[in-house]
Amino acid sequence: MQLIFDKSRPGRRAASFDALDVPEHMPPPEFCRSRPPQLPEVSELDVVRHFSALAHRNFCLDSHPFPLGSCTMKYNPKIGDAVTSHPGFTDIHPHLSSVSAYLPLCQGALELVYETERLLAEIGGLRQVALQPMAGAHGELTGILMMAAYHSHKGNEKDTIVIPDSAHGTNCASAAMAGYKTIEIPSGEDGSIHVDAFKSVLNDSVAGVMLTCPNTHGLFEPAVRELADLAHEVDALMYCDGANLNAIIGQCRLGDMGFDVVHFNLHKTFATPHGMGGPGSGPVGVGERLEPFLPGPRVVKGPEGYHLDMPEKSVGRIAAFFGNFLVAVRAYAYIRHLGDQGLRQISRHAVLNANYVYARLKDVYEPAFASQVMHECVFTAAPLAEKHGVRALDIAKALMDYGFHAPTIYFPLTVKESLMIEPTETESKETLDAFCDAMIDIAATAATDPAILHEAPATMPVGRLDEVRAARELDCVC
Amino acid sequence: MNPDDLKYTKQHEWIGAEDGVYTVGITAYAAEQLGDVTYVELPDVGLEIAQGAEVATIESVKAASEIYAPVSGRVGAVNTALEDEPGLVNESPYEKGWLLKLDNVDPSQMDSLMDAPGYGRFLEEHAE
Amino acid sequence: MSYVPTTAVEIDEMLAKIGVASIDDLFACIPDEIRLRSWDIPPGVSEMAVRKLMAEIAGKNDVSLVSFLGGGYYDHYIPAAVDQVSSRSEFLTPYTPYQAECAQGTLQSIYEYQSAICRLTEMDVANASLYDGGTALFEAATMSVRLTGRARVVCHPSVNPVHRDMLKAHVGNADIEIDYGDSPAQAACVIVQNPGFLGTIRDFSDLADRCHEEGALLVESFYPISLGLLKSPGEMGADIAVADGQSLGLPLAFGGPYLGIMAVRKRHMRKMPGRIAAATQDSRGNRGFVLTLQTREQHIRREKAASNICSNEAQCALRALVYLCMLGKEGLRDVAVHCHSKAEYLKSRLPFAEILNDGPTFNEFALRLPRNASEVTEAMVASGFCAGLPLAAVGAGGPDDLLVAVTERRTKEEMDEFARALEDAACN
Repeated sequence: MQLIFDKSRPGRRAASFDALDVPEHMPPPEFCRSRPPQLPEVSELDVVRHFSALAHRNFCLDSHPFPLGSCTMKYNPKIGDAVTSHPGFTDIHPHLSSVSAYLPLCQGALELVYETERLLAEIGGLRQVALQPMAGAHGELTGILMMAAYHSHKGNEKDTIVIPDSAHGTNCASAAMAGYKTIEIPSGEDGSIHVDAFKSVLNDSVAGVMLTCPNTHGLFEPAVRELADLAHEVDALMYCDGANLNAIIGQCRLGDMGFDVVHFNLHKTFATPHGMGGPGSGPVGVGERLEPFLPGPRVVKGPEGYHLDMPEKSVGRIAAFFGNFLVAVRAYAYIRHLGDQGLRQISRHAVLNANYVYARLKDVYEPAFASQVMHECVFTAAPLAEKHGVRALDIAKALMDYGFHAPTIYFPLTVKESLMIEPTETESKETLDAFCDAMIDIAATAATDPAILHEAPATMPVGRLDEVRAARELDCVC
Repeated sequence: MNPDDLKYTKQHEWIGAEDGVYTVGITAYAAEQLGDVTYVELPDVGLEIAQGAEVATIESVKAASEIYAPVSGRVGAVNTALEDEPGLVNESPYEKGWLLKLDNVDPSQMDSLMDAPGYGRFLEEHAE
Repeated sequence: MSYVPTTAVEIDEMLAKIGVASIDDLFACIPDEIRLRSWDIPPGVSEMAVRKLMAEIAGKNDVSLVSFLGGGYYDHYIPAAVDQVSSRSEFLTPYTPYQAECAQGTLQSIYEYQSAICRLTEMDVANASLYDGGTALFEAATMSVRLTGRARVVCHPSVNPVHRDMLKAHVGNADIEIDYGDSPAQAACVIVQNPGFLGTIRDFSDLADRCHEEGALLVESFYPISLGLLKSPGEMGADIAVADGQSLGLPLAFGGPYLGIMAVRKRHMRKMPGRIAAATQDSRGNRGFVLTLQTREQHIRREKAASNICSNEAQCALRALVYLCMLGKEGLRDVAVHCHSKAEYLKSRLPFAEILNDGPTFNEFALRLPRNASEVTEAMVASGFCAGLPLAAVGAGGPDDLLVAVTERRTKEEMDEFARALEDAACN
């Protein structure tokens, strides 16, 4: 397929403007570029046809299930698209909130920020939430910066963060970015963090502990309250990566488990679209200990309406304004639409669906952990790899030919040839059955005809791509 | 399998000595684990390095591995051929795929390293 | 209503297969003492009611004023095709393109976006996007620190104070010192912005040379629309070019989502954070695209990663690509000419105010008014104008100073009326 640049024809043009209604003026030539930017010259139809063709080369959630563990690829309700197209949301300049004369012009936007933060705080059992972080990883960094500010204010000398071996890579990278060393704590054989192992890494130099609950093995951390108490005894703060909130929303709350700081992933639990990799939104919520350090500015509700305030000990401006506002608009609409009962239904069905998939597959694929699962289940393809040379990668590629995006593969790192499946609550039983049937078929094919799987996918616009060549040649620009 | 005239580390580096010049590379096992090597980041010539310190990075599509100095010394030369042909590390890990050469080395530091049979046993016990 | 399709009959079938009596049994692992009893979440409402509710909230925002507000984020016209094309399901709802074979649409569009950014900036390689201009600036600073081994970064006065504050917040207590000025000695980088926050156009080529002599990098934050006309970061000798891509087809949206743009010289490529798409082939010789250099990223490198970034602004990058294609070579130049010409026209109609810029400006300029800028803006609101950004509000000027931006959307009539109203508000 051609690139858009290949379709360029000198003189073609899509968008155009009215004639200039004032005298034309140019900046002094020494400040101007020597030659115009070599952007494509194409018609609007060229553009539309080109991107239509590209669209047809994509699997998307609207057309295919994406049972990716840890990603919570649930259906993105169309009401989200409808409410975010309102000019009252799209056309307001963020600096309206910076100027007192303009505050009356953006009261709706400030209300949206305030109310979304309040609802998320209530969902998480936290004192306050800040919408600023623009992704989960950004939320993690913000949380760690707040921990650092807390310790700095108390004069604590702490340089380490404790992270489980099953953690998402962003946890470690975020800690390192904020200048901390990381200590890894191994998961027990049952896939959870054991109190003894935890005690052995906990000491006075530990600034914080980053957990995911339920963890990336799909299991609720049974000792979480005890771990929180132990951490607080050495003035270490507890962080929860909220990526797996879909499993427990409405059943229990992270704040009640003893977490001091939490981030939410609006593009996971709150059904905002993944957009090929973003924009996401990673609001951060805190308990009492970290409240003074929240990023700013904060929206405050006064007798005359909403205005801004910068908390005295704030870690500062994590986002230019309030983070990914339009993403929050979608999430707010989702929360109000589902409400109390609807939110509770999410976790009930997310967990039901994952357990059903587990029950259908556990005699065909080896479970990574022999216990009940929550919203995602983890299998290992290691036996298939040993017996038939079929790896998790091959299974992922084969699933495309059955009309499914692959589950998460090779994460968590603690499981060899891992397949992490998260169906989410929005997939129907017949879709779950079709997925399980496909997986079972693939396992059978592994035994009889593994070559088919090694050569999969067969029905996509391209076959398996040479990643080594890509990394060696680095053709990233044309 | 693993050449007899070389010594080995637990991080799967090999080191060979010849006339005061010590050549370092990674073993066939390590190269296989990494997969097709796409890029090698080598130190500057002249760099003084301590035993066990990070001295190079080898990247493949799926991993990036640090290489640690088996002994202390000064970097005398690096394998510039790897810039255009990083795959030499996979094709010929003990010869054409060498990484760097050290001099100013204290020979006694070699004593703490494994010999070929020792490395072979280490692999049996620890390999996945 | 939670978009759960499962019927009561199906629930029973599934529970039977699992081997438990009720869904409650699946939550046995949650200790009783932390079970949620009640929370202050309102009952759910129908889609119809949600629509009404959201319209009410949006209705409390006033977008009717004629706006001259900029400060780094601008009211440009977004062609209809940008919205239509980029909000297709196939671009809105897929995941990150880790499984390349079913994501060639995504990956090719990223490759084309990277290419368009390089052509715009005349730099060698761009990433697939970062969160926004401020975080891109921070990533550029830390990248410079990694490349040079020096811990000091210098922030030039031209840099947007919001971005400067974000840089400070992200550095936190880490071992990076932020200095202000333009001296590259012992620095990892000097960070400049062109046009500057007050709108002044500069040529930083000399500074780029000085930086390189001192072993430092030049990081340039640019305004994408201005590159329709102005000297590019590449031509000036910048090592890293960053920007907020909001002006490329993204609505103002009260601050987000926006787009972090980063483009670098080839020699710095491996230290650049974020995803990168590359062209390659499959076994049949078909061209295809994949994510590459993933070993720099958090999911492989973990604590040694170049950055912690995972989600980015892929959908926004697509919008920017479509915008740049819709405008094309000539169109982008036209927008820039319109913005600049209109701003120059408006300047000429404000003889009662002092222009504070010490050089030529692109589409934004700073005025010193005869009266307090906050009072003036309040009066201007009553006249139907959003007059601009009082500089004292962002700590970038005195109480009488106002930053005024003009885009291609402003007509001569609007500007004439604005000039009359401003003179009235500021002088009478």
